[in-house]
Amino acid sequence: MKLYELTIHEAHALLKKKEISARELTRSVLDRIAAVEPKIGAYLTVAADAALEQARTADQMISSGLVQPLCGIPLAIKDLICTEGLPTTCASRILENFVPTYDATVMQKLKQTGAITIGKANMDEFAMGSSTENSAFKPTRNPWELNRIPGGSSGGSAAAVAADLCLGALGSDTGGSIRQPASHCGVVGIKPTYGRVSRYGLVAFASSLDQIGPLAKDVTDCAILLNAICGYDAKDSTSVPEPVPDFTAALTEGLKGLTVGIAAEYSSSEGLHPEVSAAFQHAVRLIEGLGAKTVSVSLPHTRYAVAAYYVIAPCEASSNLARYDGVKYGFRDKNSENLLDMYRRTRSAGFGPEVQRRIIIGTYALSAGYYDAYYKKASQVRTLIMNDFNRTFETCDVILSPVAPTPAFVIGEKTEDPLTMYLSDVFTLSANLAGIPGMSVPCGFSTEGLPIGLQLMGSHFREETLLKTAYNFEGATDFHRRRPEM
Amino acid sequence: MKITKEEVLHVAHLARLEIEERSIDLLSVQIGKILEYVDMLGQVNTDGIKPTTHAIFLTNAFREDSEAVNMDREKTLANAPDKQEGNFVVPKVID
Repeated sequence: MKLYELTIHEAHALLKKKEISARELTRSVLDRIAAVEPKIGAYLTVAADAALEQARTADQMISSGLVQPLCGIPLAIKDLICTEGLPTTCASRILENFVPTYDATVMQKLKQTGAITIGKANMDEFAMGSSTENSAFKPTRNPWELNRIPGGSSGGSAAAVAADLCLGALGSDTGGSIRQPASHCGVVGIKPTYGRVSRYGLVAFASSLDQIGPLAKDVTDCAILLNAICGYDAKDSTSVPEPVPDFTAALTEGLKGLTVGIAAEYSSSEGLHPEVSAAFQHAVRLIEGLGAKTVSVSLPHTRYAVAAYYVIAPCEASSNLARYDGVKYGFRDKNSENLLDMYRRTRSAGFGPEVQRRIIIGTYALSAGYYDAYYKKASQVRTLIMNDFNRTFETCDVILSPVAPTPAFVIGEKTEDPLTMYLSDVFTLSANLAGIPGMSVPCGFSTEGLPIGLQLMGSHFREETLLKTAYNFEGATDFHRRRPEM
Repeated sequence: MKITKEEVLHVAHLARLEIEERSIDLLSVQIGKILEYVDMLGQVNTDGIKPTTHAIFLTNAFREDSEAVNMDREKTLANAPDKQEGNFVVPKVID
């Protein structure tokens, strides 16, 4: 067994028994990165020296008997989560040289447990995209087939987990950016309920939709990471003062008494790839076999989710990204003679094409005369989408659906037409609009050998139900054990 | 045409973006297609429906108005593109 292949809970058991050290584990992952990363491009920064230094601290913690579940575990962090002293670029030229002077709250929490930051993961610029092709620096390749996209926007995090370039990762999910890459790379990912995890130090894209969450090799690791990052934070006034359960306690056998909802708007959707459909149907039968009851449910406003999202998210983005003006941090065009020119040149040279498109759409939709037709209308449709979920969760505990309509597409296939790319988010956007938790677990492979994911959605603050369902599903399958050949 | 080139240029100016001449045609077409797509929202009857801007139950998050140091001056200026004597420097604003 190579150490980099371990799950977090496996590595923890060995660290605790002192059969391995955090240093050995970190070295093993760094060696794996040296061997495989050039093919994948999952990282924008590999922090080898800092990681080994953190491993030394972790080993000291372990020898003094302080062995929390993430102590000594090397993690990849999506490059829009602020890490003190480590570049945080959002895969954008405008933040190419930005080195935060503070840690995001999730990083403070991880550091306290003794977790190790092995590097910063590639992503679509400012998390805008579904393929990681919008990174200003490089694309990330899918470890299962190198000419395919890993999904996005947390594509670097998902690929790093799938290729054993870390033991687990943090990503962020604004419209599916954890679940869709998890699905395409054959790993587990969860977007927690809005407000579960502090967004302090998470670079904002669409503040009412953004949420940090884990990507991991199995459901148990996902629960362990969730335990470490959840909780109220006074620095994020949208974080929720709800008690945080021990998520690993939810991982118990048996699904008796569970009701799962199947929505025709998802499972019979137009454009659903036949192999994705087959894997999904198989997963539903398997979950029924584990003791769950299935019911048909209806979420009639699903067909408007893409339209509502692609108004609301760009509106919020156009406002959030106004801060990149070349004044206080980040890139500045140095040849401007006056302030207005500096703003315009800095932003045009600093932002990539997709980011500029969304800023323009958002600014247009919020401008005088258009606000009611676009932003207000989309926010009303958002209410109807939320109502659909609230009504549905009166009759079931979990909604099952595919994560993405197709397996991972070929690099370059959808870059010409932004709208086609947006439509690939059709199954994941609603959870963000409604603020509910959503999860992806591996549920099969296409005949070409590409992973397919199963989406589980639950009511607000019911992550435990999702984890329990996913845990039992995982226990009855071996999809999560397969590894890409590198 | 859902949005004209002139409108795109006007909105770009509002957002402090400078659009290159050679990309304006493609950009207008792409944005036009997206706006045409989102027009389907018009099919939904939303009479009397309250807009949602926040998806969970929190309304106001009040706290005591207390003093705290978030970041000192040195750290605040650490990433400045241009600084002088503890301040950010910007190009001339008024001629």
